[in-house]
Amino acid sequence: MAQVLAVLQAVVVEAVASVVDQQPVIEVYDAVKKYGMGDSTIFALNGVSLSIDAGEYVAIMGPSGSGKSTLMNILGALDIMTSGKYFLDGIEISSMDENHLAIVRGRKIGFIFQSFNLIPRTSALHNVELPMAYQGVKPKERRERALVALEVVGLADRVDHEPTELSGGQQQRVAVARALATRPALLLADEPTGALDSKSTADLLDLFDQINAAGRTVVVITHELDVAHRAKRIIRMRDGKIVSDELNKERVA
Amino acid sequence: MSVLEIIRFAMRGLFINRLRTALTTLGIMIGVASVIILLAVGNGSSKAIQASLSRLGTNSLQVRSGGQGFGFRARASASTVKPLTILDTVALTDKTQAPDIKQVAPIASTNGTCVVGTNTTSPSTFYGTWPAYYEASNTSIQSGSYFTNDDVTQARRVALIGPTTATALFGTANPIGQTMRCSGIQFTVIGLTAVKGSSGFQDGDSLVLIPITTMENTITGNQPLNDILVEATNSTTTTAAQNELTAILDARHGITGRKSADFSVFNQASLLTTASTSSQTFTTLLGAVAAISLLVGGIGITNIMLVTVIERTREIGIRKAIGAPKAAILTQFLIEATILSLLGGTLGVIVGFVGSHFTIYGTKPVIVPASVFLAFGVSILIGVFFGGYPASRAASLRPIEALRYE
Repeated sequence: MAQVLAVLQAVVVEAVASVVDQQPVIEVYDAVKKYGMGDSTIFALNGVSLSIDAGEYVAIMGPSGSGKSTLMNILGALDIMTSGKYFLDGIEISSMDENHLAIVRGRKIGFIFQSFNLIPRTSALHNVELPMAYQGVKPKERRERALVALEVVGLADRVDHEPTELSGGQQQRVAVARALATRPALLLADEPTGALDSKSTADLLDLFDQINAAGRTVVVITHELDVAHRAKRIIRMRDGKIVSDELNKERVA
Repeated sequence: MSVLEIIRFAMRGLFINRLRTALTTLGIMIGVASVIILLAVGNGSSKAIQASLSRLGTNSLQVRSGGQGFGFRARASASTVKPLTILDTVALTDKTQAPDIKQVAPIASTNGTCVVGTNTTSPSTFYGTWPAYYEASNTSIQSGSYFTNDDVTQARRVALIGPTTATALFGTANPIGQTMRCSGIQFTVIGLTAVKGSSGFQDGDSLVLIPITTMENTITGNQPLNDILVEATNSTTTTAAQNELTAILDARHGITGRKSADFSVFNQASLLTTASTSSQTFTTLLGAVAAISLLVGGIGITNIMLVTVIERTREIGIRKAIGAPKAAILTQFLIEATILSLLGGTLGVIVGFVGSHFTIYGTKPVIVPASVFLAFGVSILIGVFFGGYPASRAASLRPIEALRYE
């Protein structure tokens, strides 16, 4: 437990440092993403500008087709926009090629997906270690960090279990551990509770609160109101545009 | 990240799909092993043919009744054929007319069954001849004694037998001095010939040799000779010896031109050339069959790697999403394919070596060293080239597309 506290403290120190820098984690200017050509052109994103500071907890809401998934893919450096600029942690990534994007994803972003996306037939521990392996973290340090991350999400006794041996809630917590272990600038969750029951949903949201309280920037994309209401800032989207962007009064005093 | 790390990923990928790994490895293994074994069989049979021909003696010539060539032409002139006789044989021993002929042996052949108690055997070679045969045919004895010219003149009922015949009739007992009945006639075994081994499809050790006079007196009657075995003075005089014996027999049989000849001469040297040409064709054919199976093994690797890539599309997407660069994915799949072919190739070489220790259809395989390197090298190349395409497909997948894949 002392070790967990130490990690959380380290995270806080990091977060405080970036707050002092006054550097936004995400800066998006006039993002446009279009599919198709000519008359059949569809604008999935039609001029989105957005700034998220370090330590924020933001929910992006909207019905299907609103462009929130496209925005998530672009924020997560999984996709490139048609036009516009995107700075992640101060680095412009809108003009990067796929190889550099892969490095950015590994170092700056921790993903949490609706369908967990763990590597099948591979232990929880190895799943958490994997992103660090691609970053070139030494095996010993990698193992330590993975074990700590699994302890933070409460799965210290499940490290050797494969995804099929874990419940949905446990699998999602392995995914959270995997995202946290790389110490990313941004934790990006895409419908993280979509495949979970209400108990697991509550546990996961508590975990997000805890992570955010420790200073980590969290962005959650969801269409569920109760999930969005746990965030401190709610952005609503429709037809590829941001229609509202306000602080959540329930959570921000 | 280090190459070692990627190798570990590849190993893990192969280990997780154990059954598939095993089956693919099996495909390559069979390909490599069959190349090695089939070429070894081809090589072994050509070596065996050469050995069995040289066993007859490279100095020897064989005279056979009938025209040059086989089949129709030989049979058409059958009515005018004068058979080969003992007198022909004796004529060839004339040192003034045939200075290059060292010695001559007649061969009268028959089929018969030999019996000792309840044991019976039908020797594949049952010859009546005389002592000149031993040297001309490279036959030696391991125990007992040869029959002599005296045995021939006296038409004694004595026999030399080969090891296969001895085992069939007497088991492990010493056959020397024992008696046996062949074609109803009782013979005393006086000698056991040395092991010759099999010559292609015929067991050279399934052998009974008796004096030619005895055979004519008791079994076959006065029938024409099957062959006359002629030994030249040395290997450089075989052509001269052939010319001399042809001249003598032409005169005796009243032959004026080659076309009307009623006998033919087989020169071991020319037989050797023919035999090795045909066994080369045989080896090439076997090699082609084996190469096809190696190719099929290679296509198996491509197939498996393609299936693997499709099945693991989502996994590739996840790996890319969490920061795996293109090179890492490409290397991982390429290493998986290479390990598969390396493993299959190595096992194939081992199986090839082990398999080549067994006698296959009477042929002792002799490994061609080049075939081992060729088969192994080709299997590795197949792994890299055929695995490369699926690997590059995997590496070029866009992460969002790969993640969306169900």
